[in-house]
Amino acid sequence: MEYMLIHLETTKEVARKDDPKEAPAYWGAWEAYVKELYASGTVKSGNALQPPHTATTLRIEGGKRHVQDGPHPDAKEHLAGYFIIDVPDLDIALQWAAKAPCVSRGSVEVRPVLPPPPQS
Amino acid sequence: MNVAEDAASTAARVAREAYGRLVAALSVRFRDVAAAEDALGDAFAEALARWPETGVPASPEAWLLTVAKNQLRQGARHRTMASNPRVLGALEQALVELSEQPSEKGDLRLRLLLVCAHPAIDETVRTPLMLQAVLGLDAARIARAFLVTPAAMSQRLVRAKQKIRDAGIPFDEPEPAKRPGRMAAVYEAIYAAFAVDHDASEVEPGVESLAEEAVYLARVLTELAPNDPEALGLYALLRLSHARRSAGTALDGTFVPLAEQDLARWDRTAILDANAVLLRAAAFRVPGPFQLEAAIQSAHCQRLFSGHTPWKAIEFLYATLNATWPTVASAVAHAAVLVEIDREREALALLARVDAARVAEYAPYWVVVSHACRRSGDLAGARDAMTKAITLTRSPRLRNFLEATAAELCTPAARR
Repeated sequence: MEYMLIHLETTKEVARKDDPKEAPAYWGAWEAYVKELYASGTVKSGNALQPPHTATTLRIEGGKRHVQDGPHPDAKEHLAGYFIIDVPDLDIALQWAAKAPCVSRGSVEVRPVLPPPPQS
Repeated sequence: MNVAEDAASTAARVAREAYGRLVAALSVRFRDVAAAEDALGDAFAEALARWPETGVPASPEAWLLTVAKNQLRQGARHRTMASNPRVLGALEQALVELSEQPSEKGDLRLRLLLVCAHPAIDETVRTPLMLQAVLGLDAARIARAFLVTPAAMSQRLVRAKQKIRDAGIPFDEPEPAKRPGRMAAVYEAIYAAFAVDHDASEVEPGVESLAEEAVYLARVLTELAPNDPEALGLYALLRLSHARRSAGTALDGTFVPLAEQDLARWDRTAILDANAVLLRAAAFRVPGPFQLEAAIQSAHCQRLFSGHTPWKAIEFLYATLNATWPTVASAVAHAAVLVEIDREREALALLARVDAARVAEYAPYWVVVSHACRRSGDLAGARDAMTKAITLTRSPRLRNFLEATAAELCTPAARR
């Protein structure tokens, strides 16, 4: 089954990327995780994203465009990236999620990918 | 006893047992609980309706499978299911397997229980899921015990089964390292079936009991996991508690505290059976919270045989329980026992150590505080605590009892 591992980070964790004292540990942990994940052969695709301040949020209400600089203002955790992995079941997907560096400094949401509709 | 009624309950029990086994077997094959229930539901309903009159067939499972297969072939109601050849194929294969091996070997109900109590399933729906998937109880019946509408319960169950199917929750045996944690969730959910009933029926006396079902599920678990001392402990605990249950209510409906219960209303057979199971559990020499709780209940039940309650032993058991598996409820119960053996100062000290935020709304805590204060001569403290307990108690019969106790605290006799 295919699952998306959705990596979410707290604002504090996001800040570590640019903190010279924290950055090596931050990136080192991700590098190790990503390497292990790819080595397992389960990854279908995946990406890390630029930090939340680079986001632009668009909403159309009553035909009117609202463009906003940054992510949704109520967001307590920020999307850091995702992987699509192909594993036999949820328990194994959760095992991978548990290894993500952000799991203790944010969270990982695990969602099954909706299979494509059957071709008729 | 009404003979027809007895035949009906036997037929229902056998039907539920067979249905639960088949739902488990098909769920594991489909990795889909709802599909398994759907394939067998009508056959099960027919069994519940017919077996009380016709008697239980020689092979209940084969009967259910054959009827389910014929219903699917006719495709009267299950248009979507009937068009799915894997369902028919699975029913046919299950029939073949059934003729090849004794049904205990194909009993996958433990796996189904583990799926129902999977950590990815919301805790509040685990117990309803088990009651439905393993015992075949309908949503309306479960809803009545949980004090929610049948529609709300039905929706929760449907969602949970969708989650099981769509999230890919595994139906395999958990790996050995994870098994204790997964089993603990199963114990908790079965225990909750027993407890929810107590809570609900306290508030609304008309609420139907789920206690029988909880004891039954616990017994099934002892058969599925006979070498699991905590499963045995859970069954012993529920059976012992259930054995005294009716004695907790007087004939006029008022609450009867343990100390004043009519021992003739305790179920002696159930107590002896539970004690034997608890001994079997103890032989494994792997203690756990349910075994200790059961041992405490067993000690309370000793009064039936010896005429007195071994309070010191009970105190020791609570101390052991709280040293390793502390909960607010067991700390409060421990304090109550300390009061009973004239160690009210220790009881008050223990109660003072309990996290205040967690007992602010927990009536038993304030009842025990009241008893401990009274014994140590603090009548004002005792009255305050009892007043608090009364405001926190929803059950009318329990409140009446506490109000009588509170009134007693205002009489000269209380000063002794």
